[in-house]
Amino acid sequence: MNEKKMRKNRWQTVIFLLIIIVLTYLSAAITSFNFVDGLATIPKAIGWMFSNLMVTQETLDKLPTILEKLAETTFMSIAATTIAAVVSLFLGVLGSKVTKVNNFLSVFARFIASVSRNIPVVAWALVLLISFGQNSVTGFLALFVGTVGFLTRAFIESIDEASQSSVEALIATGSTYFQIVGKAVIPQSLPQMISWVLFMVETNIRNATLVGILTGTGIGYTFDMYYKMLNYNAVALVTLCIVIIVIVVDLISNYVRKVIL
Amino acid sequence: MEATYIKRKKDGRIHIKSGNKGDRVLRSTLGVLTILTFVAFLFFNYAGLELGSAITETAYNLKVMFFEPALSHFGLREAIYQVGITLSLAFLATIIGAIIAFFLSLMAATNLAPLGLTRIIRVFVAFIRAVPTVLWVLIFAIAAGLGSEAAVLGMLFHSIAYLVKAFSEAFEEVDKGILEAVRSTGGNWWHIVKSGVLPSTFTYLLSWIFLRFEINFGVAVAMGAAAGAGGIGFDLFMASSFYFDMREVGFITYAILIVAFLLEVVSTRLKKRFFPATSD
Repeated sequence: MNEKKMRKNRWQTVIFLLIIIVLTYLSAAITSFNFVDGLATIPKAIGWMFSNLMVTQETLDKLPTILEKLAETTFMSIAATTIAAVVSLFLGVLGSKVTKVNNFLSVFARFIASVSRNIPVVAWALVLLISFGQNSVTGFLALFVGTVGFLTRAFIESIDEASQSSVEALIATGSTYFQIVGKAVIPQSLPQMISWVLFMVETNIRNATLVGILTGTGIGYTFDMYYKMLNYNAVALVTLCIVIIVIVVDLISNYVRKVIL
Repeated sequence: MEATYIKRKKDGRIHIKSGNKGDRVLRSTLGVLTILTFVAFLFFNYAGLELGSAITETAYNLKVMFFEPALSHFGLREAIYQVGITLSLAFLATIIGAIIAFFLSLMAATNLAPLGLTRIIRVFVAFIRAVPTVLWVLIFAIAAGLGSEAAVLGMLFHSIAYLVKAFSEAFEEVDKGILEAVRSTGGNWWHIVKSGVLPSTFTYLLSWIFLRFEINFGVAVAMGAAAGAGGIGFDLFMASSFYFDMREVGFITYAILIVAFLLEVVSTRLKKRFFPATSD
C-alpha cells in the first residue's frame, strides 16, 4: 500500500463518516429525537425499572393464568415453525439451484419466499385479524407466513451449500429425481435445516408476543392488559416468564446444535 | 473359534448404520417438534373462529389489498414522509447501537478482554435478547413518554445485543499473529484495537450493521403498529384496525415491501462482496 492509496483511503473514510453524521442528524430531525434527552432517559428508565418492575407476592397469584397463556404462545410458535418448515422444505427444494425442477418453479418459489418475508408479520397479523378474529389461529397464520419466507431462504442456502459430489454420484448411478433429493440432498442439509428451525422457534416466541399484543391473543395480550391496567408488578412477572422460556429454548437449541452440526 | 457377534435386526438383517449421538439427537429433535406441533393444536384457543367464512373473507381482503391499492386518509407525500420516519427510527437505533455495541464487543471478545468480563457481558446480552423488542419499547415508553425516544431506545437494546454477538465473533476470528505483532512493538490495548483489530474486521462490521439496519426497518414498522412509535407502522395499524380500509392497507404494504426489497438487494450484494464464503 503506497502513500497515495493510503491518503485516498483516509479521504474515503472521512467522506463516509460525514455522510453517516449527516444522515444521523437528518433522522434525528425528522423523528424529533433529542440525543441529550434520549441519553438522560436511560438512567431514569433503569431506575424506574428497578423501583417498579418488582415481582411481589400478590402478582404470584396470577402465575397460573400467565403460565397458561405462555404455554399457548409457546405451542403456537412451535406449531407455526414446524409446519412452515415442512412447506419451506418443498419450496427450498424447488428453489435451490442444485435440485430445481425447472426455472419457472425455482423463480416462483423464490418469489413467494421473498414476498412473504418482506411483508412484515405485523401486516399479516392485522389483515388476518379482521376476518379470523381474536384467537390463536390468527397468530399462528401470521407467524406461519413470515416463517415460510425466512426458512425458504435459509433452506435454499443450506441445500446449495451441501456438497455437489454426492448428487453427482447418484446421477451417475442413474437415480431418479426423488432418490437424489431423498438420499443425498436432504440427509446432507438436514442438520443445518434443524439448526435454522430451532433458531426460528426462538425468534417466533418473541415475535408471538408482538403478534399477541396486536391480535389480543396469548402472552402478548396478557402483557398488554396488565400494562394498560398500570399493574407493573404483573408486567414484570410476565416479562420474566418470557425471558425464562426464551433462554430455556435457546439453551436447548444450542445443545442440539453443538451435537448435530 | 468363537463367532464374532454381529448385531442383527429382528428379521435377521444386519445393522448397517451405527447410531451415533448426533443422529439420535437429530431424530429426537424432529420427533419432539412433531409431537409438540400436534399437541399445540389441542391447546389453541378457537374462540369465535369460523374457518370457512374467515378464509373466503381473507382471500377477498387480500385481493383488494394487492390489486386495488389506494390512499384515502392521507396523500402520497405524507406516505413517503411516514416511511421516512420509520427509516429514520431504524437508522438511529442502528447507528447508536453499532457505536455502543462496538465498545461492548471489545469487552466480550475472549482474545481482547479477561475471561470474567466476557462472561458478564455475554450473560447481560443474552438477557437483553430474551426480552422481546416490543416489551422494551413499551417499558421505555413509561419512563420516556410515547415518542421517538422510547422507540429508539427500545430498538437500541436489541440492536446492541445482536451486534455485540456478531462483532465479538468477528473480533475473535482476527489472526493471532496480528495482535502479537502489535503487542511486540509495545502497543497497548487501544493500539491493538485501532491498528490490529479494526482494519481487519471493518468491512465485516459494516455489513453486519447494514444487516441489522434491514432488520430494524421491519422492527420499526412493528413498533409503530404495536407501541405507538409513529411512522408507517402506525398508519398501517390505523388503516386496518380503525378504518378497515383494505385499499389503504394494500398501499402501505406495497410501500413497506418496496423499501424492504431494496434493503434486501443492497444487503445481499454486501454479503456477496464481504462474506463470499457464506453466500454462493
